[in-house]
Amino acid sequence: MRVSLRWLEEYARLVLPPEALAQRLTVSSAEVESVERLGGWGPEVQVARVLRVEPHPNADRLRLVTVDLGGEDRPRVVCGAPNVAEGQKVVFGRVGARIVDGHTGKPAVLKSTSIRGVVSAGMVLSERELGISDEHEGIVVLPQDAPVGAPLDEYAGDVIFEVYVAPNRPDMASVLGVARELAALTGQPLREPPSAIVPSGAARTGRVTVRIADADLCFRYVGVLVEGVRVGPSPDWMQRRLQSAGMRPINNVVDITNYVMLELGQPLHAFDRRQLRSGSVVIRRSRAGEAIRTLDGTDRVLANGTLLICDGDRPVAVAGVMGGEDTEVSPDTTDVFLESATFAPSSVRRTGAALRLRTEASRRFERGLPPELAMAGARRAAHLLVELAGGVVREPVEDACPQPRAPVRLGVSLARVERVLGIPVGRDESAEVLERLGFTVEAADEGVLRLTVPYWRPDVRIEDDVAEEIVRMVGYDRLPSQTLAGRVPAPDEDPVRDLRERLRLRFAAAGLREVMTYSLQSTDGWTAAGDTGDLTPLRVANPVSSEHEYLRLSLAPGLLRTLAPVLRLRRARVGLFECGRRYLPRRDELPDERETVCGVLAGERPDRWGSPSGESLDFSDARGVVEQVLSGLVDGLDLEAAELPGLLPGQAARIRAGADVIGRIGRVDPRVAGKFDIAVPVYLVEVDVADALAARAGPGAYRPLSRFPAVRQDVALVVARDLAAGELRRAILETPLVVSARVFDVYEGAPLPHGKKSVAFALELQAPDRTLSEDEAQRALRRMIERLRRQFGAELRGG
Amino acid sequence: MAAIRNVEEIRDGALAALAQASDRAALQEWRVRVLGRKGELTTVLRSLGSLPEAERRVVGAAANAARDVLDAAYTERAARVEQEELRQATERERVDVTLPGRPLPAGSLHVITRTLADVLDAFRSLGFWVAEGPEVEWDEYNFTRLRIPEDHPARDMFDTIWVDYTRPDGRRPMLLRTHTSPMQVRVMERRQPPIRVVVPGRCYRFEATDATHEWMFLQVEGLAVDEGVSLADLKGTLEEFARRIFGRERRVMLRHAYFPFVEPGVELAVDCFACHGTGCRVCGATGWIELLGAGMVHPEVLADVGYDARRYTGFAFGMGIERVALIRHGIDDIRMFYSNDVRFLEQFPGV
Ligand SMILES: [Zn+2]
Repeated sequence: MRVSLRWLEEYARLVLPPEALAQRLTVSSAEVESVERLGGWGPEVQVARVLRVEPHPNADRLRLVTVDLGGEDRPRVVCGAPNVAEGQKVVFGRVGARIVDGHTGKPAVLKSTSIRGVVSAGMVLSERELGISDEHEGIVVLPQDAPVGAPLDEYAGDVIFEVYVAPNRPDMASVLGVARELAALTGQPLREPPSAIVPSGAARTGRVTVRIADADLCFRYVGVLVEGVRVGPSPDWMQRRLQSAGMRPINNVVDITNYVMLELGQPLHAFDRRQLRSGSVVIRRSRAGEAIRTLDGTDRVLANGTLLICDGDRPVAVAGVMGGEDTEVSPDTTDVFLESATFAPSSVRRTGAALRLRTEASRRFERGLPPELAMAGARRAAHLLVELAGGVVREPVEDACPQPRAPVRLGVSLARVERVLGIPVGRDESAEVLERLGFTVEAADEGVLRLTVPYWRPDVRIEDDVAEEIVRMVGYDRLPSQTLAGRVPAPDEDPVRDLRERLRLRFAAAGLREVMTYSLQSTDGWTAAGDTGDLTPLRVANPVSSEHEYLRLSLAPGLLRTLAPVLRLRRARVGLFECGRRYLPRRDELPDERETVCGVLAGERPDRWGSPSGESLDFSDARGVVEQVLSGLVDGLDLEAAELPGLLPGQAARIRAGADVIGRIGRVDPRVAGKFDIAVPVYLVEVDVADALAARAGPGAYRPLSRFPAVRQDVALVVARDLAAGELRRAILETPLVVSARVFDVYEGAPLPHGKKSVAFALELQAPDRTLSEDEAQRALRRMIERLRRQFGAELRGG
Repeated sequence: MAAIRNVEEIRDGALAALAQASDRAALQEWRVRVLGRKGELTTVLRSLGSLPEAERRVVGAAANAARDVLDAAYTERAARVEQEELRQATERERVDVTLPGRPLPAGSLHVITRTLADVLDAFRSLGFWVAEGPEVEWDEYNFTRLRIPEDHPARDMFDTIWVDYTRPDGRRPMLLRTHTSPMQVRVMERRQPPIRVVVPGRCYRFEATDATHEWMFLQVEGLAVDEGVSLADLKGTLEEFARRIFGRERRVMLRHAYFPFVEPGVELAVDCFACHGTGCRVCGATGWIELLGAGMVHPEVLADVGYDARRYTGFAFGMGIERVALIRHGIDDIRMFYSNDVRFLEQFPGV
């Protein structure tokens, strides 16, 4: 809400400079989001009256303007504005005035110049030259009440606060409400604006009765008939105030309704009495298919159940949102039926949303206005209609209020306030600050304040609300910085999180950089990696852009998209990983959010200098990452070749931990990589954290170290090319005395026959209870090779 | 006394030769030649038998004396040669320590991960445990049970991304959480006070992106519920947190704020660590850095989960981790975090 300090000053003395006031409001009431200063033009910029306008002797489009500045001095200057006329109040800049150059838009100091042979010592200024807008077509024409000779700063200078109005503080959407807070904060009295009315005589045009048919949506409806108004422009001061708040003046009747809305926070509507033909106003829900043409000229079909103001049966306004065109005040309106009502906030909000129409009025109703304010607003507006539009208020003032509320009373225990704040605030001090805010302290018994909550504070309903009132008034600085006492609770365990964090560290330790990508992907994005099978992701109804429409089923697309530009920058090894969630849909339930750690690797192995060596990473690099990140975390880690969506067949595997599948690994199918503009081999490693947790290794049991030396022996075995080395190794390890077997070479090609390969193992043989003799070791190996020959057709290479 | 002269010649010749021996091999050769079993001096000693008694004694003494001199000279020379060889070897193997190391693959943690870890550590040390919750939430948890019913204007404070899922009654109850606050309810539902928990997690808002706004962000929620928890405890806890993250001498300032699920509600600012309160670019000339929203858990929120709101009070807070990281590292655009430009990532190496 834009609040003019000039306006505010009418209700409360401002005892601090604007910045200090803004600070007080921000700390204790409502954030002042910006402080805008209008003015600062200096004493050389003054209000002037145009005395004479004469043609320029040497230029058709220029004129000579003589202005009155209230003294002896009556400067004559050259003016090019088309709108200058005798008798106008204008803004005059003397030589030396600091203005904005109309052509360059830069700050300038006004100099005496000669224009086409006529000396011009000063200037009649435009809005652009005053730095208040870009308008440079004509000069500023001031209202007639502007005092000739006064510095413009004095007449038009102002400070505008942009005040954030919290949803629970309807009172702060008004100048009086902000003034009330400032008065309370600075200890000043509040001057309320006059609202006396003297209804006299019965209506010439006939009484307008009011009936609320749907009392659940309309809590109060005050109607005031004001006859004999003269519609015309509203006074200059009112127009200025409306403009300061960002509203456009229309005519005195409409301006008064808007003015009172800004002043008190109560929206009002003025009907032309003669257009209310039935003389009966009914507030009811709409029926199917009802329509209305609103003030903005739009025909609107109303959803069933929309709250309407009706003239008899005819809708004439959408309650709380906008009036109808038929009954609007026009230049020849003479009798006005003024509406000041309280509508159910949720109803106004729903209607506004359905019509995509949110107005200054509807925003205020949405916050929930107190019914008391309806009468205050009606009286204030009627008072102004009498004062400024020459109307007569007729009897009776209609007031439909089906269920009047009693004022809210609260008993507030000072012990509770202390519990909430952590410090005691004395009875007298509490009472004093609350009274400043408009609370009535009826009694202060032993430790309990009995309060009446002011009607304009619907947000205060419980003791803790009052605690907040007290602390914001006494100041948060009074609170000490305490640390929590009491016992430290035992934490909830979250083993999935714990394992994820270990994996995160291990992926980084394995030489991958962590990235964070968006959880939402485009249509193309989630299908592009081709790795999500038949699953369909959850879609969001209102994506921020089509790039972010689906909740991801895989981390691969985001990683590949991130990897592609990196590979354009460098050829040497790049490893990226992300820890994040995949969102697997479940019928009528929240999705299964699977914690996942996924990495991608590509590029060439670096040489001693970190430069690309020309040798591309391959599957073994990816497997190396798997071994490093999972070793010791899961039991029985192994890879099982498999065909997996999105991965190149023959270079893809499930990551197993014993019987459990806990992830996948493989080369990204080159066709998939191509979609991400990646032309080099890319390898992917993914671990599902919850699955890995199921296979989580125990703490590990100690095995006594053998005191006896091991016999080391290398053997190379020739086997069929398609025999997995892992299978061969498992069989070797079943050999008695063989305690370890490490593959150290694989060879294919001449002189080996086609279809064969040689796998070389470094073996260790050891007995737990004695030193092995060479003989014993050799016997064990011969038996092993014999068994492998039977099992796999293996032959000892060179044997 | 030719024999004596012979001994002296041998001695002097050997000493001269020793001075020329500059490596181990030459030393060894010298030792064999001079002092060995067939060495010159040994030969002299062996030949003593053929000399007359008196001459034998004199020559023998001279030869032994010469042997002692040569032995000592040898030891000294050997030590010097060894030292010289070592020096030369060292010189040959000297490395340029300023050359880059053989690179190991460079892994790193994201700057947001590291910031979050520091933030969580700060709260862990104050007795808080860490919990996480669903990012896709029900309206009920994200709003209704936090006192933001449907049609409440406070919903305007949370521009929401809704999941395209409609119930038979036409309602759309599933959304991407707009804050981590629903976890307040979820944590309290499953256990009794005392509670001290911090909840990190991704949140989402339907929001246009610019240098200071992202539609996806990482928030940390905090919740402490127990008998006697007060606003002063909130202030002290967050001050301790601010000191751990931004420096020991930090002070915090509370100001009034509105969030439907707390009462009283506050915003917390910390004095600027860059200018110590005088105003600078980091703090936008105010001397204070807005850090987070907080307050005392609304008694209706406590009562809703079945707690005795007369007996227990609690505080809650929520902060954006991106903001903490922006401030700490002087990053000027929040979009850096999730665009993953590798040049940005490389500015924060290691773990
Ligand atoms: Zn600063």
